[in-house]
Amino acid sequence: MNLTVFALTGAALVGLGVYGLIARVHMLRRIMAFNLIGSGLFLFFGAAGARGVGLDPIPQALIITGIVVALSASALAVGLVVALARSSGTACLPDEAGDT
Amino acid sequence: MTALISWLVLPLFAALAAIALPSRARLPAALLGVGLTVVASIWLTIEVWNTGAVTVSLGGWRPPIGIALRADGLGAALGVMTALVMVAVALAARHELAAKVAGPRIGFGFWPLMLLLWAALNAVYVARDLFNLYVGLELITLTAVALVAISGKAAAIAAALRYLLFALAGSLLYLAGVVLTYAAHGTLDISLLAARTVAPGDALALGLMTAGLLVKTALFPFHVWLPPAHSAAPAPASALLSALVPKASLLILLRIWFEAMPELATPMTQSALASLGALAVIWGGVLALLQSRLKLIVAYSTVAQLGYIFLVFPLAGGDGAAQPWAAGAWTGAIFQMLAHGLAKAAMFLAAGIYIAAIGSDRLGDMRGLARALPMTGFAFALASITLLGLPPSAGFTAKYLMMTAAFASGQWAWALVPAGGGLLAAAYLYRPLSAIFARDTALTPRPIPWAWQTVPLVLAALSVALGLLSSIPFEFLQIGRPEQAAEGL
Amino acid sequence: MSLVLDMALCALILGVGLATVAGHGVFRAVIFFITYGLLLAIGWARLGAYDVALAEAAISAGLTGVLLLAAHGRLRRLRAAEEAPLRPNLPAALVATGIALALGWAWFALPDPTAPDLTAALPQSGVGNPVTAVLLNFRAWDTLLEAIILLAALIGLWMLARDRAWDNPLGLRYHARAGGVMASFGRVLPPIGLIFGIYLVWAGAEMTGGAFQGGTVLAAVCLVSIMADVLPAPRIAQPAWRLALVFGPGVFLLSGVAGAVFAQGFLALPPELAKPAIVTIEAALTLSIAVTLVLLVIGPPDEGGQDA
Repeated sequence: MNLTVFALTGAALVGLGVYGLIARVHMLRRIMAFNLIGSGLFLFFGAAGARGVGLDPIPQALIITGIVVALSASALAVGLVVALARSSGTACLPDEAGDT
Repeated sequence: MTALISWLVLPLFAALAAIALPSRARLPAALLGVGLTVVASIWLTIEVWNTGAVTVSLGGWRPPIGIALRADGLGAALGVMTALVMVAVALAARHELAAKVAGPRIGFGFWPLMLLLWAALNAVYVARDLFNLYVGLELITLTAVALVAISGKAAAIAAALRYLLFALAGSLLYLAGVVLTYAAHGTLDISLLAARTVAPGDALALGLMTAGLLVKTALFPFHVWLPPAHSAAPAPASALLSALVPKASLLILLRIWFEAMPELATPMTQSALASLGALAVIWGGVLALLQSRLKLIVAYSTVAQLGYIFLVFPLAGGDGAAQPWAAGAWTGAIFQMLAHGLAKAAMFLAAGIYIAAIGSDRLGDMRGLARALPMTGFAFALASITLLGLPPSAGFTAKYLMMTAAFASGQWAWALVPAGGGLLAAAYLYRPLSAIFARDTALTPRPIPWAWQTVPLVLAALSVALGLLSSIPFEFLQIGRPEQAAEGL
Repeated sequence: MSLVLDMALCALILGVGLATVAGHGVFRAVIFFITYGLLLAIGWARLGAYDVALAEAAISAGLTGVLLLAAHGRLRRLRAAEEAPLRPNLPAALVATGIALALGWAWFALPDPTAPDLTAALPQSGVGNPVTAVLLNFRAWDTLLEAIILLAALIGLWMLARDRAWDNPLGLRYHARAGGVMASFGRVLPPIGLIFGIYLVWAGAEMTGGAFQGGTVLAAVCLVSIMADVLPAPRIAQPAWRLALVFGPGVFLLSGVAGAVFAQGFLALPPELAKPAIVTIEAALTLSIAVTLVLLVIGPPDEGGQDA
């Protein structure tokens, strides 16, 4: 039962992240939304890996790898957002920046 | 096995060396790495040819505990195509992106990024583990995005950011499918998954992974990020991005649909994928027709050319996989991947030469350039023959095989796609060709070293020659083909 | 009782996650995001996944949070930190709800759990912590590629520098007041952090910890030292920094090749040598991860504190 709570929280976090990714145009928000989706998926995964007898270490290892990959992607994305703001004065993509 | 491991680790070692070594030793180290990796890829191909698919359990741990690698005909063939493109790009970049021409920043960064991309592509070509494929895809994404942004121009930064946005969304969708697959089956190994008991969530997992990979492959309607990204990069980087990067996600798509979960394919989903491919052929072609810059035309043509490959789903998948025509359709699709890779790299490298010569890739500025740079004009024309699918090029072989399979299987409607796409390609390639080969000219382009000019020409010639010698690769591509399809031969 | 606790925790996580997406102002969203990561780390501890909890707190909340805060500061100077207010977006809501419901359905449709049987393999792995065994032995190829990804992100980030700034020190210049809080902090914290970071790597073999978690702590130490002017800001042209970046992946790769030459295959570790080999690889990786993370946070070379 406790696991179901975590798994459904994970699913809801994915939904929240997807909403943020589509509905928000500021790129820092979108980077955060990506991380919400990723961590939601991982929470679901972790809950699934805890269902058997004892904790399955493989999902945990994959999640740690996934967290580091997400950090790498976030770092490059953040750098690109700052570079975009420096070159064009906005942190939103060209065709979406109109309503800022 | 030694060949497979060398082929994986050599580009990694070379990339680390290119980062750590001082600037004067960087280029020799990178070029040495390129040369050694090419040798390793040929060695691997010979080994696969002689002994069949090469399988390795990394660290001695067999799946589901460890990760297995398997070099089959498909993986090794893509590996050789990648090696050819990488050599060509390295030789062109030596002129075009040298530190004294492009500045110390690009002179430093291009080499490790190119070598890391190569390592990641090789890792994906042979990976048998869905999560390992995810890690490989992410390495490809980060290096590819960096290559888009490397020019530093505002348009390139925006294109790179948009690309990263789509690529990460694709990665997360794929990852969601991977999570569901492990949660249901306790393994991520493609061969073990093929033997699993189907779970109710499998269709959702397959759907999520497919959606993510389609975004990464830029299949219509997820293609909007591709043309700006591929055209904003410097030409050698564009060649890598267009010729190689979409092939990795496409390969994973083939692996999960034909090897891991073939029983989930239904005629409807297969037709849906092929229909998107057909729309990509049309839409990419029409938009290529409307562009006035050479690199954008070539980039939109990638959207169209990738579309053909999706015909493989109805022609070689599902219930039809055991039919005799499936082998032809499968091989045709892979031929298209190989032919497009060589020809597209040749086109972008030719575009790079023109940009270096006249500082522009607007069709209006390029009139009559073939007179000053005939080899490059010839290279572009040869590559066009492959993209058009004219005999004797490999593009022709690909289309011929797919059309034959379409008729043999009674799905003749799919044969219209290569036929119509060829006409569209003739239309959008006519404009750059007619500009380059125009008679009126008063151009005085900057001189281009002879060694640089031969690079795209050799690649384009190879894309044609692959069609002339198609019987050897045809047999090679059957090595390690998915079991149930191979039985039909 | 524990169910109520978990439900409360999850409700809090969801609430803070919602604030990150829908709350007003980018800066506040970043603060919520960091809080979110810390709460999630508690969630991981509740699930018994302590290694993940540590990684979540250190990497997702800590480092990603610092990256976002630093970026927000730069965007504010560039007048790009403002955003349009959130308007209700029906298509986005439908897609989001659809995906969340699909995942929720998939949870209830999962067949009985099957996990690979590691009982025979674990004693051969050389380490007592099964997560470390998976990361550095069973699935070492993933971990090697992951370390390479971190490096690729840094090279990519450096490509965003301006050409004329390429030879400058990395990042914006920080100036700590002599005798101020930052300066004394920068002298006191590093030794403590250093010991804690090395402990995490060492402990990771048997208990909770590991190269990525330990590397993050060491990175924090290094960052504080640079901000407090104890360490000079690095430059790309300095070979020692570049060598430190590739050292860990290089050692990992070489040990993998040694496995192919002397043992059963690429990345293979003979059981009797596995423990020292893993500790060596982890130590080397930790150094490189720490340096890579430091350089990712301080960013590409910049033009003397002026962004515009």
